[in-house]
Formats: sequence, C-alpha cells, structure tokens
Amino acid sequence: MSPDPVPAVVPAPRDLAADATPIGDAPGIEQARALGLTDAEYALVTEKLGREPVQVELAMFSLMWSEHCAYKHSKKLLVTLPTEGPAMVLGPGENAGAVDVGDGWTVAFKVESHNHPSAVEPFQGAATGVGGILRDIFALGARPIAVLDALRFGDVDATDENGDPTPGAVRSRFLLDGAVRGIGHYGNSIGVPNIGGDVYFEDPYETNCLVNAMALGLLRRERLTLSAATGVGNVVVLFGASTGADGIGGASVLASAELGDDDADKRPTVQVGDPFEESKLVECTLELLERELLVSVQDLGAAGLTSSASEMASKGEVGLDLDVALVPRRQSGLEPFEVMVSESQERMLCIVTPERLDEVIAITDKWDVHGTAIGVVTDTRRFRVFDGDDLVGDMPVPALVDDCPLYDIFPEKPAGGPASIYPAPQARLARDASSTDALLALLSSANIADRRPLFEQYDPVVQSRTVKRPGEAAAAVLQVPGPAGRRAVVGGLAGPTDVAAESDPDRAIPGVGVSIDGSGRRVAADPYAGTLWNVLECASNLACVGAEPLGLTNNLNFGNPEKPHIAWQLTESVRGLGDGCRAVGAPVVGGNVSLYNEGTTGPIFPTPVVGIVGKVPDVRRAVGTGFVRDGDVVARVGAFVPQLGLSEIARLEGRDLPDGLPDWNVDRIVEGIVAVREAVRAGSLSSATDIAEGGLLVALAEAAIAGGRGARVTVEPADGDDPERTALFGEAPGGFVVTGSRDALAALAESVPVAILGEVGGDRLTVDAAGETIDVSLGDLADAHGALARHFG
Amino acid sequence: MKVGVLQFPGTCDEVDALLAAERAVGAGNAELLWHRDRDLKGVDAIVVPGGFSYGDYLRAGAIAALSPAMESVAAFARDGGPVLGICNGFQVLCEAGLLPGTMLMNPSRRFNFRQVELEVVVADTAWTRAARPGQRLSIPAKHQTGRWYAPDALLQEVRANDQVVFTYAQDDRPNGSTANVAGVTNAGRNVVGLMPHPEHATDPLTGSADGLVLFRSPLEAAGVA
Repeated sequence: MSPDPVPAVVPAPRDLAADATPIGDAPGIEQARALGLTDAEYALVTEKLGREPVQVELAMFSLMWSEHCAYKHSKKLLVTLPTEGPAMVLGPGENAGAVDVGDGWTVAFKVESHNHPSAVEPFQGAATGVGGILRDIFALGARPIAVLDALRFGDVDATDENGDPTPGAVRSRFLLDGAVRGIGHYGNSIGVPNIGGDVYFEDPYETNCLVNAMALGLLRRERLTLSAATGVGNVVVLFGASTGADGIGGASVLASAELGDDDADKRPTVQVGDPFEESKLVECTLELLERELLVSVQDLGAAGLTSSASEMASKGEVGLDLDVALVPRRQSGLEPFEVMVSESQERMLCIVTPERLDEVIAITDKWDVHGTAIGVVTDTRRFRVFDGDDLVGDMPVPALVDDCPLYDIFPEKPAGGPASIYPAPQARLARDASSTDALLALLSSANIADRRPLFEQYDPVVQSRTVKRPGEAAAAVLQVPGPAGRRAVVGGLAGPTDVAAESDPDRAIPGVGVSIDGSGRRVAADPYAGTLWNVLECASNLACVGAEPLGLTNNLNFGNPEKPHIAWQLTESVRGLGDGCRAVGAPVVGGNVSLYNEGTTGPIFPTPVVGIVGKVPDVRRAVGTGFVRDGDVVARVGAFVPQLGLSEIARLEGRDLPDGLPDWNVDRIVEGIVAVREAVRAGSLSSATDIAEGGLLVALAEAAIAGGRGARVTVEPADGDDPERTALFGEAPGGFVVTGSRDALAALAESVPVAILGEVGGDRLTVDAAGETIDVSLGDLADAHGALARHFG
Repeated sequence: MKVGVLQFPGTCDEVDALLAAERAVGAGNAELLWHRDRDLKGVDAIVVPGGFSYGDYLRAGAIAALSPAMESVAAFARDGGPVLGICNGFQVLCEAGLLPGTMLMNPSRRFNFRQVELEVVVADTAWTRAARPGQRLSIPAKHQTGRWYAPDALLQEVRANDQVVFTYAQDDRPNGSTANVAGVTNAGRNVVGLMPHPEHATDPLTGSADGLVLFRSPLEAAGVA
C-alpha cells in the first residue's frame, strides 16, 4: 500500500450542449475502405451518427464492425450450437465460459487464436496469445490454473531433390521453435502450468500457422464477475501497463499508414508481452475482487479500449465518457484514436463506485499496476471520447456494438473435391513397405513423434494440481480445487489451505480432465464428419482418465468465408460440431472464430479446434497411456471401424485426401466412450489410450514406449480392400487400446465390443498379423518416436 | 514451528512452498512474507521460493536480493536461522551473497522441465538433517538459468568445506552446472539453495514425496521431530 495515498480525482460527466459535435474533419469514405469497411457499412455508420464519422469514430467503428469483433460472417452459424447443460454456469458472450465442477467450485475456460501475429513474429505472437487468454480468465474473477495449446505448422520434414530441407520446412521449423519458446516464456514466467495440447505439421499451414491457446481458471461460484458497466456516476479505472502504439494494426483491420501518419509504417504491428506485468495483474485483479471493490471488470484485448469499454457499456445498457488525456502513456505524441485502438498488452478496465476509488487505487499501487480513473458511467447510452476538454468522438453504444450488419455466406461444395484445393503431400513411404518399416516411419513422422521436446520447455507442475502431466495420459488431469483449497483463488494467496484434510487417505480427490484436439486433415476431407470426429476424439481422450464432459470451447480456424468452398467448409463444420457436442453431452461455453487464414499457397486446412473440460470424481483412479503390469490383457475396445483413406499412413504415402469420410454409428461410438470412462472410474483398468493417428499399431507402440514394457499381440484382419493394413494402420473415431485383468475386460465386453489382442510383457512389441510378424524392441520404438528432438537444437 | 515463505512480485511457486511446509510442519504453520515488509513475523524458518521475481529483469534474483524483506532475511541468516532458496530463491540467495556461486543460462539456452534424480551429499545442514548422505531424491527441475557456476578457487573452497549439498545423480548432467552441483550451503550450514523444486515433490499423487525430507529437516534441528 502507498504510505501516503493522495485521494484520486473522480471524473465528472461532461455537460455538453445537445447539439455538440466532435471536433475535426471526417476522414471520408476512402479511409473507411482502407480500414476495411464496405461502402454500405460506411453509409450505415453515417446514418447511425447523422453525419460522417470523425477520425476517432471511424477508427472505432472499423474495429467494432470488423470480423474479429463482430463475427459478421459466422454469428448466424454459431447460434445453432448447443449451449445448455446441467453443469453450465456461464455460456457464450462473456470473457470466457464456465462450468460447475461441484462443491461450489467453478472452472472457467476458453480457447482463442493468435494466428496472424504468430505467423509474423512467432515468439511474441504466441506469448501474447497466452497472455490474452489468461486475461479473459481472470477477468471473470478466476485464478488461471492451466494452459493448453493447439499448434499447426507447415511440414518440417519436407525435402528437396537433394534431400535438404525445403525453404518451407526451414520456415516452419523457425515458426515452431519461436512459438514454443513464446508459449513457454509467458506461461512459465507467470506461474500457470502448461498441461497439454496438440501439434500437427501439414503443408497448408506453411504460410499461415495456427497458434490457439486455451486456459482454465478456478473460482468460487459466488466470485463470478461479469463485465457489464453499471451505476451512473461510477468511475472507469484503467490499470496495468501504460499505453503505447504497439499493436495498432495488429489483430485489427486498422493499418495506421492509411490514416496518413508518416511514421506509422515503422511501428510494430505485433504486440509485445510482459508476463511479469501480467502476473501482478492477476494477483491485483483477484485481490480487488476478493475485497469486493469492483462493480465489474474486463480485460483489454483486440481493439484495446475501444472494444472493452464499448462492450462493458453495451452489457450494462449505459453510456461512457472517457478522457484519453488521462490514459497513462509509454510514449508521447499518440493521437486520440491511437489511444482508443492501441493493443498494448497487460491492461484491465474496471468499474468502481466513487466511494471505493481510493481503496482500488491503493491496491493497484500495492501490486505496481497503478490504476487511473479515465472516465465515468453515464445514462446517455452514448460512448463519448474526450481529449481534455475537446469532444473527439460521440457514438451511440448500440450502433458500435450491436448494429454491425451480419452476412449470409454462400456455401458450395468444391466440384473437384478436397484434392482440388489441397495438393497431395510429399510421399515418404513406399506403398509396398513392410508393416515394420511403416510402423517406424509413422512413429518418427512429425505428426506422431513424441511431443516431449516441446512440452519439456513448459512448466507442468506449478500450483500443485497436476496429477497427469503431458505425455503421461490421453488427457491432462488436475485435482480441483487441489490442496491449496480456497487459498488458491485469492489474490495475494491469503487464506487457509486444505492440507489438514490430507490425513484421510481414503477420501476421494476430485478433479478435471482436459484435452484439446483438432486435426484439420480429416476436416478437409469431410468438414461435417471430420469435425464430429474431432469432438469424439476429445471425449475419448477424456474417457481414458475417467472424465465426463462438462462443457466445450472451440476455435474455428478457417479461410476466407466469402469464398463458396470455404463457406461450405465452415457451414458443414459447425453442423458437425453441434452434432458432436450433443452426442458427447458437451455444451459450448464459448470460443473464438479466426477467418481469412489464407497464405500465399491457399487456404489452411479447415481447423475447428475443440477443448473439453470433464469431471473426474477421483483423480487417483485416472490411468495413463502406458502398459503398467506384465500379464495384463491388451484389448482393442469400442465401435471402431478403421479405414485407410484418411490416415497418417496414406499421408506418408503421398496420397490425395479422400472426398468424404464413411458414416459411423455415432451412438455406438459414444456407448464405447461411456463404457471406457466408467471402467476407469471404477478402477478396473490398468491403462487406456485412444486409437488416433497411425491407427492400432501406433497406439500399441506408444503404450509400450510409455510404459517401458513390451507386449505380444495378434491382430485379425479388418473389413475392406486391404484387410491387414486396415487393421494395423486404419483410423476412425471410437477405438481404444486398454489393458487390465481378464475379468475386467470380460466385464467391459458386456457393454461394448472388446477384441482381446494379447498380453503385456517383455521388452519387445511383437504383433502377429495375418502371416506377417512385426517384432521391434522397445529401444528401437523409442528411438523412432524421439524424432522431433532434431528440430530443437 | 512456523515457516515463512517470501513473496516478490513475479514469484510463482509460493503456494507450492506453503503447501510443502504445511505438510511437513502442520496445517496453518506457514505464511507468506511480503517483499516490502521487513517484519518476518517471528517465523522459525524461511523459504525463498521459485518463480521470476521482478520478472528476472537485470539478472535472475538480482532485484529481489535488494528488497526490504531480504535485508531482514540476511540478518536472520547471519543469526543462524534456517533459510532455503529454491530455484529463483537460490538465485536470490546467491545474489544476496548468502550462498557461494552464481547461475548461468542452461547450455541449451532453453527453459527445461524434467524430473531429476538428486543425490544428497551432506546431511549436516539445516535442510538435509532428516536425510542421509547418498540418499536419492526424485524431484522436478524447471529453469532456464540454473547452471550453477563457481570458478576453480571457489569450487575448491566449497568442496573443502563440504558445502555441496546436492548433486544431479544421473549421468547426463541436466544443466551443465560446475561439478554437477544442484545445491549448496553456506559456511554456517543454515542456508541452503538448490535449483530443483523439492516443494513439487511432497505428494505421490503429483509425482513424488521425496522432497518432504527437506521441509522436515528444520524440525529435527529444532528438536521437534
């Protein structure tokens, strides 16, 4: 606390003549176009204002009416997603969603993308992506307790005719390295564990990589804080970092150069993150909320003050008077519009009653994130921007926030199928390769190889909740609330822990399982079925640790929706997402849409990334991926109908994407997911993993490597054109490899298809498959699986 | 016995250190000490926890070493009070001159997390009294600037005085530290610092309970255990 606090000045609402208009000239329609507004949208803005917008207003409208803020091409689709469920506490529309995990504890979570900044500057792009999603979490009053990430890069193994890495592969390695360092830098420094994620390497991401970050937060339900600005006369307080020109023209459509600023093109458009500032911001925000000093709070993200203040005003159905002259700057010479749109990181905006203002400022001083009163809540429902005494912007809040036109998109399936959009990948496996060679090639391929070289750059254990670390189980497992108990969610960490309860060894330890999944390849082949598959895969991963879905967050990464084939991908994908959510019982708590992901080589694979949080009644029962006991029976479980058309082995063979995926019996698949989950919860399985890229043989090999134990199994041919290969390498949703006692698997077989394959034991994986025997030592399997390390020198 | 855990802006592992201390000395017997306060609230032992105090700006631990609370910790240490520095806390204690050596960046120049095997070298310090020499502890290490370094003369002195408390037990030298040192003590043997995180090894459910032995050691010193 400051030893000698000076009372803060409470800003007063300005008394203006009814016909007062902002000073300055209207930049006009040419600049509006340059900022991304269409002529019709500009005309609508002019109509709403009753005059042409001046510079501040044009900058603010162009942002609030951008795709990023207004979801104008996706909102009509998103409303079709299910958002109701028994655990739902907070659905879409706030900073993040939240679900009830029992005993008054709530988990807030959300995934968000930071794709374009990461493609330009991967370290800061990825770092600020983590910083941004964490602010969304603690803006709700939740302590951030975990980060996961979904990363997509170009092919890091592509070679030219001399066997050297292609320029694209070199670029992709650079982006991978920078993004991983950036994620680690931010999350490690702020003390939030990174507990999982996924990464794929595919050509269509080469010039437009994807960096999606998901965060979870923990709070007592009564602490849930919304962002609506209320209470006429209440004060708007900005705290955290000072405001600079960074990020102008970053996530937004605003390009400063086109507003005529000579120096603007030299400014970085990628924001620079400071996790130290954010770590103080977390504690400060949580302490302010714990002391019940705030009416509401909101983070500053894309579009900075413009977006956060106008959304707070809109939700509270009030007006705001803000004075940009009061905003603390880190550089001189900023224009009012620049202050309003700056995306400087690590800032929060809150609404405070005048009586509490001094206390709030004192707490922000304690944490060195000095708060400043910059405005006041009014009853005008207008967003008025002042620069000292000058009125520089005056807009109806509903016009800014709600009146952006929504657009229909015009889907059309591409006549030539997906192969007409996405060229076949480079072939690196002979089509007549032996199954042993195919297995080793798969294990060492970038999409399957061990992720340890990535996740060992992240801290998975800080905060003492992590029961299953990355790589140990199909999904991450956290004990929640964990032994820090109520203390854990309080700013500054005052309050009691739950250590005393640990003296009871028989008590159940509740928690959550979390996974994030989203292969784009399968969605490119079939947007509906591929997206459904992603949801089923995520739920399958959760089942392996005994987690039942409570809610789902999604990040829809797509190309330009104004193109008919992208519109088709998006429309079909959202339909698959909705059906997937309903099938596994995971309502959507919120998410993000990232469109226009097209590089110089065409659109990315359509990539709907889904993250599910599930309830684990007793984390002590969660099992890992690896074999644990010699003599355990190995079984394939679930309604699993593998096919080779869309498989990792087909990719290695350089085959085209298939046009469409088979129909699956989704009800039967979900029955399998439920059966595995219940078996894990009952404590009857030794290990469980889902069958994913590479099919059954890769799943067996990974379980052997993880457990440090071999197995001897027999695999019967599957149905289809190439029965042996389909059984070994075919892919589909709904399949698991589990181990346990013969009795446990017999019990499981009563509710779901179970194929007994063999037994755990020895130090080799030996597979008899219709006349061919695959027999590889654990050491050789692990060597192949360790291939990714070469990209992190 | 009461344990105080220092909290700087940017400290990350303070709640984990609190839990570890409470598990060793009993619930409610550990509390946070704020970096601006010189008052150590009468605690009997002090943990300087991990994290990124002051954002690791200037040098890891350099700014924290100059904080008001550290002035009191230095006096507490001079009087023989038990002080444990973990990771960033080890860096702080080195910067404050309470422990020998300094920390360099890992050879990979990357943050690295891994479960390491530690060997207890000496058991006559305030924080290893409950262990035995040669005991192996499975404990996570996580840092980018954790390569303990001492020039030859200092290393000889440290060795001559039996001030190496922990070494990395495996062959592959996780961070390239001088003589594979993972932790050291001062001449008075009441101040100990180490790079790996014993507070993250106090519950088998989250990986290991091997680190508890450090937090129990001050109890033995006090004759409580």
